[in-house]
Amino acid sequence: MKPKLAFYWCASCGGCEEAVVDLDEALLDVANAVDIVFWPVALDFKVKDVEAMADGSLLASFINGAVRNSDQLAMARLLRAKSRVVVAFGVCAQLGGIPGLANLTDARSILEEVYRDGATPQTHWGDNGHTLTLPELFDSVSRLDDAIDVDYYVPGCPPTAHIIRDAVRALLSSELPPKGAVLAPDKALCEQCPRRETRPEKLLLAEFKRVHRVIAASDTCLLAQGLVCLGPATRAGCEAMCIRGNMPCTGCFGPTSRVRDFGAKALSATASVIDLKDTGAVAEGMNGVPDPVGTFYRYSLPSCLMGRHSTE
Amino acid sequence: MAESFEPKIVAFFCNWCTYLAADLAGTSRLKYAPNVRAVRVMCSGRVDPQFVLEAFARGADGVLIGGCHPGDCHYQEGNYKALRRYELLRRMLNQMGIENERFRLEWISAAEGERVKSVVNDMVEKLRALGPRTSARRKEVA
Repeated sequence: MKPKLAFYWCASCGGCEEAVVDLDEALLDVANAVDIVFWPVALDFKVKDVEAMADGSLLASFINGAVRNSDQLAMARLLRAKSRVVVAFGVCAQLGGIPGLANLTDARSILEEVYRDGATPQTHWGDNGHTLTLPELFDSVSRLDDAIDVDYYVPGCPPTAHIIRDAVRALLSSELPPKGAVLAPDKALCEQCPRRETRPEKLLLAEFKRVHRVIAASDTCLLAQGLVCLGPATRAGCEAMCIRGNMPCTGCFGPTSRVRDFGAKALSATASVIDLKDTGAVAEGMNGVPDPVGTFYRYSLPSCLMGRHSTE
Repeated sequence: MAESFEPKIVAFFCNWCTYLAADLAGTSRLKYAPNVRAVRVMCSGRVDPQFVLEAFARGADGVLIGGCHPGDCHYQEGNYKALRRYELLRRMLNQMGIENERFRLEWISAAEGERVKSVVNDMVEKLRALGPRTSARRKEVA
């Protein structure tokens, strides 16, 4: 019998699902090697089908997206019980991702802001004798492994076809990677960067430029051109797709294994390239990073060492 | 309540200037607020932003970094690196609800024992006025 796989999405944009489809023909190889028994975006299996399965009967569940509400938490727990291996797929599941930036505020403030005078999507809502029950919106966005035990992580927003193929191969191989492994190269993106040779030994900048204000040269290190590129702090594996599109790295592959807090390290690497010594000038130089949390924790606020940020 | 609050400050002092200044304050029998837990680092440039976040995450009410005056760094440029990181980190901490008073960078030379005393006392006073940090621990999923 072929091993069984499930795919599921929690708080995510759908890009990770797209990435699986982007495997193209390789998807057929995957489909030949395994039975996909649950994949709401593509296949018509229901939650009750999963509930009917024996615990541990799936080889692996690939779960993308952060955990944002009670429904996602229940699904994550259900798939955990049914699977021998759970893979946090994509940066939202791994580190909290873009939805994690909501942790700068709380659920009530968000609902008030967005729906103050409209139809409020409350967990329980009644009208004309009908009751609608929606999943409860949690106050905080969580990584998948804050909700359930996770075996492997596939980084990226979304993971690239190459990374997904390697991850599936690793799972089907006789020797599984060690638990907790991030299934991508453990080195910095700069090492894979096609512009690597143009990066000066010492970066000496007077200011940061914002990406929409300059036309960047397409053959030179973006950091050397004054753009905040997180390549030095970000794990390799994407083959520098953004840089090939002449856009700086925003850090979606997360940190390497030596780093505990991606945002802190990315900030450290970024601040260090400013070559100013006067306090006032340094402050001015940093104005090119008007939103440090959004810049350095774009994909990983729920994994910040600081934990939950209070807005009170 | 406000009177009984004793702020906890984690201080990273560089080996060559500020730590010696703290030593000097001690041997000179200067009295200053006992709220500081001093951590000796070789250089203020060694203070990884991860250290600062971890200190706050583990309950520090304030973090103080002490280094050599500009131009006096034992490693030439380490204190400038500290300054650059400090400026960006301070802004980021603001976004996370950590006020400026809670995170300070001070240049204190080995001869300035008196300045260790005044900086620490001043910081303690300001933190006391500010009150304890509203805890921001990672919340468990329901």
